[in-house]
Amino acid sequence: MLHRLSSSVSALGAQVIDMVLRLGYATRFMLLTLRQSTTCLMRPSLIVRELYYTGTLSMVIILVSGLFVGMVLALQGYQTLVTYGSESVLGVLVALSLVRELGPVIAALLFASRAGSAMTAEIGLMKATEQLAAMEMMAVDPIARVVAPRFWAGLLSMPLLAALFSAMGIFGGYIVGVVLIGVDEGSFWSQMQSAVDVREDILNGVIKSVVFGIAITWIALFEGYDAPPTAEGVSGATTRTVVTSSLAVLGLDFILTSFMFRGV
Amino acid sequence: MQRSMLDLWVGLFVIAGLAALVVLAFKVGNMSSTGAGETYSLQANFDNIGGLKPRAPVKSAGVVVGRVTRIEFNNDRFTAKVTLTINKAVQFPKDSTAAILTSGLLGEQYVGIDGGGDGEMFKAGDNIRLTQSAVVLEKLISQFMFDKAAQGQPNTQK
Repeated sequence: MLHRLSSSVSALGAQVIDMVLRLGYATRFMLLTLRQSTTCLMRPSLIVRELYYTGTLSMVIILVSGLFVGMVLALQGYQTLVTYGSESVLGVLVALSLVRELGPVIAALLFASRAGSAMTAEIGLMKATEQLAAMEMMAVDPIARVVAPRFWAGLLSMPLLAALFSAMGIFGGYIVGVVLIGVDEGSFWSQMQSAVDVREDILNGVIKSVVFGIAITWIALFEGYDAPPTAEGVSGATTRTVVTSSLAVLGLDFILTSFMFRGV
Repeated sequence: MQRSMLDLWVGLFVIAGLAALVVLAFKVGNMSSTGAGETYSLQANFDNIGGLKPRAPVKSAGVVVGRVTRIEFNNDRFTAKVTLTINKAVQFPKDSTAAILTSGLLGEQYVGIDGGGDGEMFKAGDNIRLTQSAVVLEKLISQFMFDKAAQGQPNTQK
C-alpha cells in the first residue's frame, strides 16, 4: 500500500521534472535560435520563402473567417443594441471588439492550426528522415538554416494577418450593418472613428499579435525539433503544437489585456 | 514554384497586410482627426466632474478642439483638477468658462468651453477660473423636492 503510494508520487514527480526539463530545453532552443538569426537576417531570401508558406498561404482562411466573424458580430450586436435604440454605435462595437480582441486572438488560433502545425510536421519529418543530421554532417547548422528563418517569418506575418483579419471583419460588419440592415452609414463610421484610438487600441492589438506570433512559432518549432523521430512521434508533436499554442494564446491574451486595458 | 513568382506572392501578402494596418489607422481609428499637431495645456478646477474620463473630448460650439489628458484630486481645495490639451490653433480669451456637459441624455461627458470677451488670451499652463460642475441628478431632484416643499408650506398653514 505504502509502496504503491510512494511509486505514484514518484511518477508524478518524474512528470513534473520532465516538464521543467523540457521548458528549460525550450528556452535554450529559443536563445540559440536568436543567436543563430544573423545568418538568415543576412540572407532575406530564406525568410521570404518561409513568409510565403506561413503568411501568403494563410491569407485566404484569415480573410474568409474575418469576413464572417465581422458579419456575425454586426448581426448579433444589432439585435441587442436596437433594444436600447442605440444601433448607431454598432460600428464602435464591431471595430473595438475586432481590433482589441478578436482580430489578434482568432487570427492567432487560425495561424497556430494552419501554419504552426505545418511547421512542426515539416521539421519533425526532417528530423525523422535524418535531414537535420545530414545538414550537421555538411557543417550547416540546422537551427540557423531551418529554424531561424521560420521563426522570423512567423513573427513578421502574424501582425499582418491579424490586421487583415480586423480590417476584413470591419468590412463584414459594414456589409451586414449598413448595407443589409440599414444602420446610418455616417454614424457607423464617425462614431467608430471617435471611439477607436490609434495608440490605445490599434497599436495594442498589433503588440498582442506580435507576442502571439512569437509564442506560436516558438512552440511549433520546438515541438518539431524535439519530436521523437517516428511517425507516431511527429503526429503527437503536431497535436501538441496546436493544443499548447492555442492555450498559450488564450492565456497570454488574458495577461496582456489586463495590462493594456485597465478601464482607464 | 519559381523564385520570382514566390517573391511576387510574398510581396502581395506584405502589401495587403500593411494596407490593412493603414486602413485601421486612418479609416477606423482617429489618426486623421486628432493625431499630430501642436497643442498646449490648460487647467481647470471643478467641484464635481461626474463621470468625466481621460481622453474625453473638449468642445467649443460643438467642435472638438482638444482632449482631457489628466484628472487629479486637488487636496488643498477639495476639487478635481482637470488638465486639458488644446490645439495650438485654437485660442480662448481669459474670461472663458469651462463646463462639464453631457452629449444626449445618456451619452458620454465632455468639457465645453464658452469663449469670453477678454482681449487677453490663455497661455500654456493657465488656469481656467470660471468653471461649472457636472450636473448630479440626485442633487437636482432633491433641490426640486425641497423647493416644492418650501412652496407648499405657506398654503397648508393658511
